[in-house]
Amino acid sequence: MDTTGQQLLNPREIDTKIHRLAYEILERHPREAFVLVGIHRRGVPLAQRLAKVLEEERPGVQTGMLDITLYRDDPDQATFSPDFGHTRLPNDLKGVLVILVDDVLYTGRTIRAAIDALFEYGRPSKIELAVLVDRGGRELPIQPDYCGLRQPLGKESYLRVRLREQDGHDGLFLVDNKHDAS
Amino acid sequence: MKGRKDLLDIEALAVDEINYLLDTAGPFKNLIRQSVKKMPPLRGRHVLTLFYEPSTRTRSSFEIAAKRLSADVTNFTVSTSSVVKGESIIDTIDTLQAMQVDYIIVRHSAAGVPNLIAKHTKASVINAGDGHHAHPTQGLLDAFTMKEVLGPLAGRRVVIIGDIQHSRVARSTSMILRKLGAQVGVFGPGPLIPDDRHPDMISFRTFDEVFDWQPEVIYLLRIQMERQKEQFFPSLHEYHRLYGVTDERLNLIRNKGIYVMHPGPVNRGVELVDGVMTYERTLINQQVENGIAARMAVLYWLQPETGIRRE
Repeated sequence: MDTTGQQLLNPREIDTKIHRLAYEILERHPREAFVLVGIHRRGVPLAQRLAKVLEEERPGVQTGMLDITLYRDDPDQATFSPDFGHTRLPNDLKGVLVILVDDVLYTGRTIRAAIDALFEYGRPSKIELAVLVDRGGRELPIQPDYCGLRQPLGKESYLRVRLREQDGHDGLFLVDNKHDAS
Repeated sequence: MKGRKDLLDIEALAVDEINYLLDTAGPFKNLIRQSVKKMPPLRGRHVLTLFYEPSTRTRSSFEIAAKRLSADVTNFTVSTSSVVKGESIIDTIDTLQAMQVDYIIVRHSAAGVPNLIAKHTKASVINAGDGHHAHPTQGLLDAFTMKEVLGPLAGRRVVIIGDIQHSRVARSTSMILRKLGAQVGVFGPGPLIPDDRHPDMISFRTFDEVFDWQPEVIYLLRIQMERQKEQFFPSLHEYHRLYGVTDERLNLIRNKGIYVMHPGPVNRGVELVDGVMTYERTLINQQVENGIAARMAVLYWLQPETGIRRE
């Protein structure tokens, strides 16, 4: 387990945040059906965990995953990785309430791209946004509807999110350089 | 992986570049299958198809690939252009340069024309077939199709049948297969088998020898009717009897589970009998579908030197 950097959330706290997010979603939509769509990569296990918490109240709540690689507007294609196309969504999103799920909300550009990508699969009745952490620094008029932790950070700071499904352990860390964050 | 400016032939590509393109074609194919008609990577980019030789299929395939990536596409064809008025290729290039297109897809009956255009323009040039020289996107889509059914191609055996000598398809496809470690054999009328072929390429004298070699794929080349005038083989009937997939050979192919490929369009009754088209291991339609995905991968990868670059 790598423990570089200052821990902002421990595994238990991450669990608590996810539970709270789930109940906030339920509170706002006591009857309405919704689909939890995780943004590839770390939004995906978060969406699945939310679905698991909701299992009792909302058995069989639908989940999906959205890969936004081809929709990015930042010149982050330097690697031109062929690792894209992971999108898995219900057949038609027409008239569906979609709750986008991601780990960190920063500039808002990822969410802009995600909204663009979603529309390729139909016209949702509404799109909401749930994030584990909002670190501020928006470059677009996008705000979360559900937020686990608000942690305003400057450009020189980086967050590292670790989720057991992909990384073997849970944790949120503040690190000094970009390399440690990825 | 950073893209090159142009794709002119398979020779120029390193193995990891080939693998990158094949790996990217997969996700593109899935996206098309998920009925995602358009994705934005080439939004605001302009693609021009410049075909000095008619080809509805290849041009359409490129056009669909470019449009799926949100590019604008203009078709510049010989019959509708000033080529008939005697404009030279260099003058045409200057015209195109002034039109600010980002990608030029070229087909020409003379080998080397795409290279010439690439040298004189900032746009990315894709060779869509030049004379007997090369047809790199065909090679890519063929390798992609084989990889889908066979997995890694190292050690696999592919026999190419037909006019090897005059075929840019044979040249590009055999080149990519050998680069990926596959073994390539050739079979066809004597005068159409090049003597200067790569020494690793086995030449067969009969179809029985082809079967004895136990290939995983039989790749049939299209017989160009104009070659017949040059009498490289006695008649189409003779060609079919000696080099075509007849009903009898189709039974053997089926029993052995060999895949059949063809770049299209097929001459029924010459390269193959009707039954091949419904044989469950015929990959001809898959090749057409994969052509779009492979061309999307190429367009996504290339880096034109026009306007704003994707850094």
